[in-house]
Amino acid sequence: MNGLGSLALYLVVVVAIVGFIMVLTHLLGERHSQRGTAVPYESGIFPTGSARIRFPSDFYLVAMFFVVFDVAAVYLFAWAVAARELGWAGYAAILVFSLETIAGLAYLWKMGAFDWGARRKREHLERHGY
Amino acid sequence: MNPVLFAIALVFGILFFAAFVIWIERRFLALVQERYGPNRVGPLGLVQVIADIIKILTKENWIPPFADKGVFVIAPMIIMVTVLASFAVIPLGPGIVASDLDVGLLFFLAMSSLAVYSVALAGWASNSKFALLGGIRAVGQMVSYEVFMGISLLGVVLQTGSFSLVAIIEAQRRLWFCVPQFVGFVVFFIAGLAETRRIPFDLPEAESELVAGYHTEYSGFKFAMFYLGEYVGITLISSMIVVLFFGGWLGPWLPPFLWFVVKTLFFVVVFVLIRGSLPRPRYDQLIGFGWKLMFPLALANLVATGGIVLALAR
Repeated sequence: MNGLGSLALYLVVVVAIVGFIMVLTHLLGERHSQRGTAVPYESGIFPTGSARIRFPSDFYLVAMFFVVFDVAAVYLFAWAVAARELGWAGYAAILVFSLETIAGLAYLWKMGAFDWGARRKREHLERHGY
Repeated sequence: MNPVLFAIALVFGILFFAAFVIWIERRFLALVQERYGPNRVGPLGLVQVIADIIKILTKENWIPPFADKGVFVIAPMIIMVTVLASFAVIPLGPGIVASDLDVGLLFFLAMSSLAVYSVALAGWASNSKFALLGGIRAVGQMVSYEVFMGISLLGVVLQTGSFSLVAIIEAQRRLWFCVPQFVGFVVFFIAGLAETRRIPFDLPEAESELVAGYHTEYSGFKFAMFYLGEYVGITLISSMIVVLFFGGWLGPWLPPFLWFVVKTLFFVVVFVLIRGSLPRPRYDQLIGFGWKLMFPLALANLVATGGIVLALAR
């Protein structure tokens, strides 16, 4: 069995089975409603405030690194599959590219981008001045 | 064989295997912790998981009134669909594959990337603080380990010259890739642990601080989807390790399919034993470990492999 047609068929089967199970459990399951049913679980105490809390911006940084370095990885994928045909010229290009990627990583590291929390960033700033 | 029947058989085969993996985990963890584990239902407790699934099917399909309802329902389905879909490209034996794509490896990576949406959406849609914190951690971790998971496999692609998993297995007739690509294997194994959110990478659901992380508000079969999805994910990563680094179905004496199952089971047990023996680091240490050590290591492995392959090709 080969190609995209069989893949599409397989995906349809997977989605159908998962959907079927969800419908089945919806029909078989009980229904109940009690005093604590509609309250978010916070280890037994009543929740205060919204759950739309602010979270550390470091996670945003991680997401940005992902975008930057995953796009870099796309070029590596394209090279890896054709490395033999491209020969040493292609290798030289990818070597320079990898070194630049690592240089970018080293710069981020030195900037303290992988150090989490405001306190450590402030200490870093005081020690290094950037 | 009729492709529709084959697809249905494959999906249910994987689900039963995942149920068996749950049994392995519960029994082996019990051994590690000096207790018995489930041993009442059926011989050696083998039917326990089936009983659990039937029971959980009849539980309430509860959607919290405070949740973002549509997204809340879709999130657990995403993880199930993506991990099951990845099996489409994995050859279980010569000719036993749902779809022998030329870009099978890329398809696997794409599906494992999509799984991030599941935990992110579950954490957000639950509208609960524990769930949100777990979801954010999960995204940070999976996104970090995503990058070098792909790069660690490029050494294999380089040596084979193809993204097709069947071609990769055929290229290992003389020597399994775990020898020349040992660094790639180690990096991929660690990334695989992180992608399946297993100990020591289970911070998104660290039960001592976050209750159950992103699936705190889930119950009934929607919770079971996350739970089963985790074990299907372990099976998936184990079989990818076998396909990419340990020669897939290749092996003497036994039939090819049996070899594949035996090798996969070996790595499943390794996953379980790791859970029984390792503690859990802090999440900033974990993400830092990925970027500072694993990413440069995977890149260095790729560049070195490229040089050696080209030098030998002359």
